[in-house]
Amino acid sequence: MIGAQILMESLIREGVTAMFGYPGGQVLPIFDALYDSPIKFILTRHEQGAVHAADGYARATGKVGVCLATSGPGATNLVTGIANAYMDSIPIVAITGQVKSFLIGNDAFQEADVTGITRPITKYNFLVKDVRDLTRVVREAFYIASTGRPGPVVIDIPSDIQQQNTEFVWPEKVAIRSYHPTYFGHPGQIKKAAKLISSSKKPVLYVGGGIISSAAHQALRELAEKIQAPVTWTLMGIGAFPSAHPFALGMLGMHGTAYANHAVTAADLIIAVGARFDDRVTGRTDTFAPTAKIIHIDIDPSSISKNTRVDVPIVGDAKNILGELLEQIKKRPDTSAWLKEVDGLKKKYPLRYKDGDKIKPQYVVEQICEATGGEAIITTEVGQNQMWAAQWYKHSHPRTFISSGGLGTMGFGFPAAMGAKVGCPDKTVIDIAGDGSIQMNIQELATCVCNKINVKIAILNNGYLGMVRQWQELFYKKRYSHVCITSPDFVKLAESYGAVGIKVTKKEDVRPAIEKMLSIENTVIVDFRVEPEENVYPMVPAGEAINKMIEGLA
Amino acid sequence: MKHTISVLVENKFGVLARVAGLFSARGYNIASLAVSETLAPDTSYMTIVVEAEDEKILEQIKKQLNKLIDVITVTDFTNKEHVDRELILAKVNYSAKDKTRLEILLNKYGANIVERKGSVAVIEAVGKQDRIRELLLALDKFGVKELVRTGRIALAL
Repeated sequence: MIGAQILMESLIREGVTAMFGYPGGQVLPIFDALYDSPIKFILTRHEQGAVHAADGYARATGKVGVCLATSGPGATNLVTGIANAYMDSIPIVAITGQVKSFLIGNDAFQEADVTGITRPITKYNFLVKDVRDLTRVVREAFYIASTGRPGPVVIDIPSDIQQQNTEFVWPEKVAIRSYHPTYFGHPGQIKKAAKLISSSKKPVLYVGGGIISSAAHQALRELAEKIQAPVTWTLMGIGAFPSAHPFALGMLGMHGTAYANHAVTAADLIIAVGARFDDRVTGRTDTFAPTAKIIHIDIDPSSISKNTRVDVPIVGDAKNILGELLEQIKKRPDTSAWLKEVDGLKKKYPLRYKDGDKIKPQYVVEQICEATGGEAIITTEVGQNQMWAAQWYKHSHPRTFISSGGLGTMGFGFPAAMGAKVGCPDKTVIDIAGDGSIQMNIQELATCVCNKINVKIAILNNGYLGMVRQWQELFYKKRYSHVCITSPDFVKLAESYGAVGIKVTKKEDVRPAIEKMLSIENTVIVDFRVEPEENVYPMVPAGEAINKMIEGLA
Repeated sequence: MKHTISVLVENKFGVLARVAGLFSARGYNIASLAVSETLAPDTSYMTIVVEAEDEKILEQIKKQLNKLIDVITVTDFTNKEHVDRELILAKVNYSAKDKTRLEILLNKYGANIVERKGSVAVIEAVGKQDRIRELLLALDKFGVKELVRTGRIALAL
C-alpha cells in the first residue's frame, strides 16, 4: 500500500466515518485514496470551515473530529480552528499535506512550517518522515487527542511519503511511555474532600466542560442531589446539569446570572469539577468565593492552583472521582437553610430583560427554546448572540450547546453547526448568530446546500458588532468606533446559495418564522431584526469582583 | 531566584522547541541550556537554568513541562541535594614570561591547558559556577580572547 492508502485504512480502523476538508497540490495522493474510501468526505468552501466542522462534530458526538487540508495556505487556514479546539479541549485530528520531504525548508511552493506554527496550539503534532511510521502516528494521534484532557493533534505528511510503498502493519496497542493521564483520584484527597463536603453548610458545585468530555453528568446530578447543593456552570459546562432542575443556578461569571455570582460569593465550599477558573468566570481573583474552601477536581494538573488558591486538589477523571465521592460521603451536609437563601437570591435577582413592542434578542432565543422544547443542538457565534443563547436557551443534555469558549472565535458557530448536523443527522441544529459573525464563514452555505446538511441559522441582526459596541457604550463614552456593520440582504443571499431566507421585522412574526424555519427541509437563514442597542446583562466589568454586577434593569 | 531544572525527554526532533517554547511564550529567557543523550540513546537530559521572576509562573511552567507528551520527568534542583558543574573552554594569551604564573593559577583551580598554538593556549576548566567566575576574573590579566561554556549541568544525590 502507498502512504495515502495506509492513511485511509488507518482512519477507518480508528472508526472515522466522516471528515471535512479541502484538496490541494500536496494532498493529491490522499484525495486519490479518498476516491475509493467509504469515509464520507465533506468538501467545505474554506479550510477554516472544515476545522470548525470537525470541532462541532466532535463536540456533538464525543468522537474525534477529523479534517484535511493541503500544505501552506491550506494548513495555515486551519490554525484558528486548531487553536479554538485547543482552548476548549476538543479532540480533533487535523491532517495536512506537506511539500516533499527533501524540499522542506527550501521555501518550496505552498510550504509552511506547520508543526512549528501549530506547536503551541496543539496537544501534540507529528511530522511524518518515514512511511513505515504512518500507522503508529495515526494511532497515537487519535489516542492522544481523545484521552486525558482532550485536544487537537496535527499530522503533517509530506507528499512523497504519501506515495511511498510499504506493508500495512497496524500496531496492536499504543505505548507512549511519557504519557499516562491520571484517571483515578488520590484516595486520601477524595476522603478529605468528602469530609469537607459533609461539614459544609453552603456548598456550591461549579462545573465546566470537563463534565461533558468525561460524561460525568449523571454522576454530577447524583452528587448534587445527595449533598443538596446548588450547581452553577461555565459556558463550556452548559448542558452538564439540567437547567430546569431546582438546584440549577445557570451560568456564572461575567454574564452569568446574578444569583449564581452571589451564591458563589456567599458559599463556604466550592466544588469545582472540570472547570479551570477562567478570568471570565472568576472576575477579580482575590474576591472570588472569598469565604469558601475550594475543592478542585480536574484531569489536568496544570489547571490546578493556576489562577486561584485550592484547598483540596484532586487530579483525575471527573466521572470516576464523582463516583468515588458519592461512595465516600457518609454524612450528608445540612444545606436546607442555604437552599432557602439561594432561592431568595433567585427571587431577588432574577435573570430578566425588558420586553416591549420591538424584537428583543432574548425573546427570539426564548421562542427558539420553546419551539424546539429545549431539545435542539444550539451552536453560537461569539459576542452578544453567544451570551443570549447561553442565558436564554434552557438546555437539559450534554453536547447540545456548542460554542467557542476559550478562544472566542467569531465565525465558529455556522461551520460547527454543520459538523454537528453531520454527526447527529436526526437532531435539529441551530446556529444562533450575530450579523457580524455569520459573515465570517458564510461561504459554508454552499457546503450545507450541496450536501443537504440542513442546519438553521437564526441571526440576531442588530446592525452592530454588538458586544464591542456594548463595551464602547459602557466604558468608552459611547464613542462607537467601527462597530456599525452593514450586511447583505440575507434572504437574497440564502436564495442565491439555494437555501431559504426569511426576514422578520415584527415581534408577532418571530414565532411563526421559527416554526417555518424548523419545518423546511433545507438550510434556512432567519434574519431577525432585533433592537439595535440592547445590552447583555448582568455584566461584571473586566477585573471586577463577580458580585459587583451592572444590572441594566435592576 | 535562579532555578536549575533538569528535564528527561524523548530524544527526537522537535522536543527542544516544545520545551523552549514554554519559556519563550512567557517572555522568559533561558540563562543556560545543556542537552545530551543519556545512557539510553532514546532519551536526553536537558539542564535548564532560568531566572524565575515569579515563582508562581515557574511552578506553572514546570507543570506544563510535565504535561508535554515527550517529557518523561522534570526535576527542579532548588532545595534539593545535588551536584552541579560547568565546563568552560577559554582561549588566552600565552607567553614564556607568563608561563609559570598561569600554571600556578590553573593548578589552583584544577584547570588545564589542553592545546597550545603559537601565542595562544586553550584552557579547560570544570567547576561550580562561582569557582568558574573567580577563575575567569583571574584569567583576565592574561587576556581572554574567546570563551565558550556549556552552562550548568546537575545531578541529584
